[in-house]
Amino acid sequence: MTSIAIIDYGMGNLRSVAKALEHVAPQARVLVTQNRHDILQADRVVFPGQGSIRDCMRELARWNLMDVVRDAALGKPFLGLCLGPQALLDFSEENDGVDGLGVLPGRVVRFADPRDPTTGERLKVPHMGWNQVRQAGNHPLWRGIPQDSRFYFVHSYYSRPADETLVVGWTYYGIEFASAIARDNIFAVQFHPEKSAQAGLRLLANFANWNP
Amino acid sequence: MGLAKRIIPCLDVDRGRVVKGVKFVEIRDAGDPVEIARRYDQEGADEITFLDITASSDDRETMVHVVEQVASEVFIPLTVGGGIRTLDDVRRMLNAGADKVSINTAAIARPEFVREAAERFGNQCIVVAIDAKAVHQSGEPPRWEIFTHGGRRPTGIDAVEWARRMNAYGAGEILLTSMDRDGTKRGFDLELTRAISEAVSIPVIASGGVGTLDHLADGVLLGKADAVLAASIFHFAEYTIEQAKRHMQARGIEVRL
Repeated sequence: MTSIAIIDYGMGNLRSVAKALEHVAPQARVLVTQNRHDILQADRVVFPGQGSIRDCMRELARWNLMDVVRDAALGKPFLGLCLGPQALLDFSEENDGVDGLGVLPGRVVRFADPRDPTTGERLKVPHMGWNQVRQAGNHPLWRGIPQDSRFYFVHSYYSRPADETLVVGWTYYGIEFASAIARDNIFAVQFHPEKSAQAGLRLLANFANWNP
Repeated sequence: MGLAKRIIPCLDVDRGRVVKGVKFVEIRDAGDPVEIARRYDQEGADEITFLDITASSDDRETMVHVVEQVASEVFIPLTVGGGIRTLDDVRRMLNAGADKVSINTAAIARPEFVREAAERFGNQCIVVAIDAKAVHQSGEPPRWEIFTHGGRRPTGIDAVEWARRMNAYGAGEILLTSMDRDGTKRGFDLELTRAISEAVSIPVIASGGVGTLDHLADGVLLGKADAVLAASIFHFAEYTIEQAKRHMQARGIEVRL
């Protein structure tokens, strides 16, 4: 029986993430936890995040979880959600500049006046709703998910990894941005699989069975 | 290829039961919010909005349970509105599994509440609901004001100014209802929708007046709405959400199918 720890450091509601994982992996033990020991012991780790990156990093520090997250990201199946992938990078320009965990090289930047390419009309920020993800490569977490499936996004900032070979999913919103990045045991997505109906549930099921 | 325009069915919930009637062929209990939400999810709804119309605050806890139940089974975004007045109300709904809360009267009573809620919980989960009514005479330039109490009480606040202000205070989205059109089946107030959508940088959901599938498409194409919300055309099984999406697609709108 696999155990999945969802890291709870006070950033938003994790109930949906837990419920979705329980739904797709009824045999797994799913814990929502800020306990260092639980996270270190878990077979798999989900690193979610909502709100601002400054609050996210501050709360991680306050709960004394920075090193635990880094360790998990380097050692076991690790799924970053929404703000999760952004926190893994070196630096975010949100909140006048915040250092991230530096697990993956790259920066986080804001959508700067995105425009519809055909009409030239201003696009709204946050980027909110269902957008397509073009899968790059055959990552096991995409198994069973059709190319260009739609997932649910809500964000104003996006990840720009230094190494584009880490990008396993691209999404277009005025510009092309990395909506999924992966390296070794890490898979991190800008969208919310727990709110993305069948495609999202499939991705979570794939994660629950992933053995990188 | 890009972001899809959203279709959002709205359910009025009173003491834990969906009211105003919902008719689906296979649904046994037309008042059960979980069953109805599941059905809308299967039909391809992009989000679901619950409006808690319970008058008594004693019954608010019931809404928390409804959200908990729905969120354990339906994996698309859920918004809850009605009676959200304090940071604690927001927190309880989010913890129950709502992704967004919609704030209306409390924002008018104290606009700072929107700023506080957005700072605490992130602007992605704060929707400001605006109920507006045209107040201009014919021949005058268009003007809309915010009304409360189901459109009965004027506030003197200009709707476009208010939308801009709520955007600046950290709202992540605007849910705009035309009180002139609500319940009429004559279509959205497209002029109002467009005026608000062009005034703000955040997404706008058009609401109030949908009677046909063309009204939904018009909301996007002419009203410049990012999402369209409707209640009765879906509840009474006049149209399924999938039919609505196919129709919008046929009119050149990008949708999730």
